[in-house]
Amino acid sequence: MIDRFASGFAPFVIPFLIGMAFVMGYCIVGAIRLIFQLDHGDRKRFLLSLITPKTAWKNIKDIFLNCLIHVKLWKRNKLLGFMHSSIAFGWFMLILLGHIECILYMPHRVKLFYYPIFFNYFVAENETTLRGAIFFFLMDFFLLLVLTGITLAIIKRVRSRLFGMRRTTKPTLLDRVGLYSLWLIFPLRLLAESFTAHISGGSFLTIPMNMMFKAFLGEQMNMLPTWWAYSICLCVFMCVLPFTRYMHIPAEMLLIPFRNAGLTIKHARKGFAKAQVYSCPGCGVCIDACPMTVKKANIKDTTVYLNRNIRRGNEKRIEEISDKCLLCGKCTAVCQVGVDGPQMRIAQRSVRNYGLAPDYTGMDISTIKDAVAAEPSKDRVLYFSGCMTALTPAISRAMESVFHKAGVDYAFMDKDGGLCCGRPILMAGRFDQARQLIKKNREIIYASGASTLVLSCPICYKIFREQYKLEGIRVVHHTEYMLELVKAGRLTLDGAAGSLVYHDPCELGRGSGVYEPPRELLRQAGELVEATHNREMSICCGGSLGSLTLGFDKREDMTVNALKNLTEGDPATIVTACPLCKSTFAMYADRPVEDIAETVNRHSK
Amino acid sequence: MDFGFSISPSSTINLDKVDFTLYDRLCEIEPDAKKCMACGSCSATCTAGPWTGMSVRKVILGIQRGKESEAAKMLKGCMLCGKCTMVCPRGINTRHLILSLCRIYGEGEK
Repeated sequence: MIDRFASGFAPFVIPFLIGMAFVMGYCIVGAIRLIFQLDHGDRKRFLLSLITPKTAWKNIKDIFLNCLIHVKLWKRNKLLGFMHSSIAFGWFMLILLGHIECILYMPHRVKLFYYPIFFNYFVAENETTLRGAIFFFLMDFFLLLVLTGITLAIIKRVRSRLFGMRRTTKPTLLDRVGLYSLWLIFPLRLLAESFTAHISGGSFLTIPMNMMFKAFLGEQMNMLPTWWAYSICLCVFMCVLPFTRYMHIPAEMLLIPFRNAGLTIKHARKGFAKAQVYSCPGCGVCIDACPMTVKKANIKDTTVYLNRNIRRGNEKRIEEISDKCLLCGKCTAVCQVGVDGPQMRIAQRSVRNYGLAPDYTGMDISTIKDAVAAEPSKDRVLYFSGCMTALTPAISRAMESVFHKAGVDYAFMDKDGGLCCGRPILMAGRFDQARQLIKKNREIIYASGASTLVLSCPICYKIFREQYKLEGIRVVHHTEYMLELVKAGRLTLDGAAGSLVYHDPCELGRGSGVYEPPRELLRQAGELVEATHNREMSICCGGSLGSLTLGFDKREDMTVNALKNLTEGDPATIVTACPLCKSTFAMYADRPVEDIAETVNRHSK
Repeated sequence: MDFGFSISPSSTINLDKVDFTLYDRLCEIEPDAKKCMACGSCSATCTAGPWTGMSVRKVILGIQRGKESEAAKMLKGCMLCGKCTMVCPRGINTRHLILSLCRIYGEGEK
């Protein structure tokens, strides 16, 4: 390899340099700003996580697997996975191999930033070696890989259904500019390298194309204009990148370390929340996943539009979108970059201005405390049924019966009415009030002397587990507790419940990760049939307390849709583990709906 | 002189003299407020009621009659659990109504 130009410079690299300088500057300034927006403790945690070998290694691994290979996407959709990884990984390899080539053959040019990108223009092949041929082959191979990805991307744009996506977002004008320039970059690179292949050398793609063009065009190969066009396309793509959905490419590289550092959203619009907004690729996978979009309703109220409106600063829409959501968390379960839709929305709700703030500090709860008070004992169980169970008393009755059968020493914390767990008010973004309720409930729990707290409501379960910090007290959901009783032989199931389908409540499944205990119980109680979409993919019943604005009259379609998913295997009974799911399903179901406590109670001794 | 009892203050409400700004504003953002028929299902199911004196029925009634400070006292006891919305026979989203009320209180003073 020899230099074609003594200066090692050509004017067409200028657009590329401008674009590169802009995008690098923007991303570096942006990243520093986001890091400074974190509060002091979080920033310290984040910076520490960068130098801790374990998290640092995890960061590198996650970035490689998710940003380049797109492992999560592969698992969900092979075609989309291939499309993304061929473009991302292929492009990365082109850059990497370009640099290696430059280091090996033109070491004196390494300091020139643009040189590896336009390598083929600047060099002339003076001898053919095996090593050079391998490099040329690899370069052509990865270019072909990227081109395959681009072809798939174009097909996807025309027919998204072929890729298993029913609904996608409509790209904005700048998104389109970014998209078309991205599509053009690689065909132009192929053209430019083909035109230059008789000088610089090439491989299976560029050499034949070079010969073909030579046959048509003779010596007039328009080499320079194509290199210019390639460079301009790169410049356009990089200059619009920060203002388009493609910002997710650099933003995700910051979001992954943020998440690995264990940060949570502290500010509605800054720091971690902002990193999530910019990491949203706008793909619209959440539209199909959202339970509200059944019958094409509420499409513009999905997480992707929340992120878009936060980027645009459209306060009215941000409020509408964040208040409507059911907080079922399915968008997060399907999201490739892991944008936390529910947490994002709760954060938006928390910044509202209220003229009135509830205050429970003066509330007298001595009657509840006295009713459950006992000496601390390691066998004592405290049962909290929660507000929702008050509307479905069959569940608490069944639980009491189960306790009796198993001979458990228990106290019923809210038999004659209790306080709310605080989760609903937390979901409404009023954190101080939630903290007051937590404090009051903690007093009662500690007075009870119990060592185990059993909850039959997943909404309560989630907040008790995450926010109450009950030292020395085990918090279990009733599905887990009943399974323990069965395993300990204190409760025997007769297996005569017939065919049962289990509905994963959002707060229990996606919210708390409890999937297996209810299934194990039901397998022993009867014959378990799985729903079409289950576990993380379970469809919200529509009764969720997460939504502030969605009236119950508008939720029928969602419930019917969720029921259709459950009844596809034609089970005799629908079983759930949440009082709210139970009462919601019972309104529209064509077969019995019961809580797992009722099933277990009826079929045990 | 203290007799150990006194005459209770008059509870007469003169609707001609009542300031309806808050109620009008509420109807503007929550038109469903007009649908309430004061059946009391909300109060009967209320989690907070026994401990804080919260009653959605009384809050709406109070605001309709210009008794804003009484309503505010009750609103401060709401735990926002949402049961009232689930049982409302008129399909009013009472939970959001409460949040809206909390928001518009004191709006005029700013």
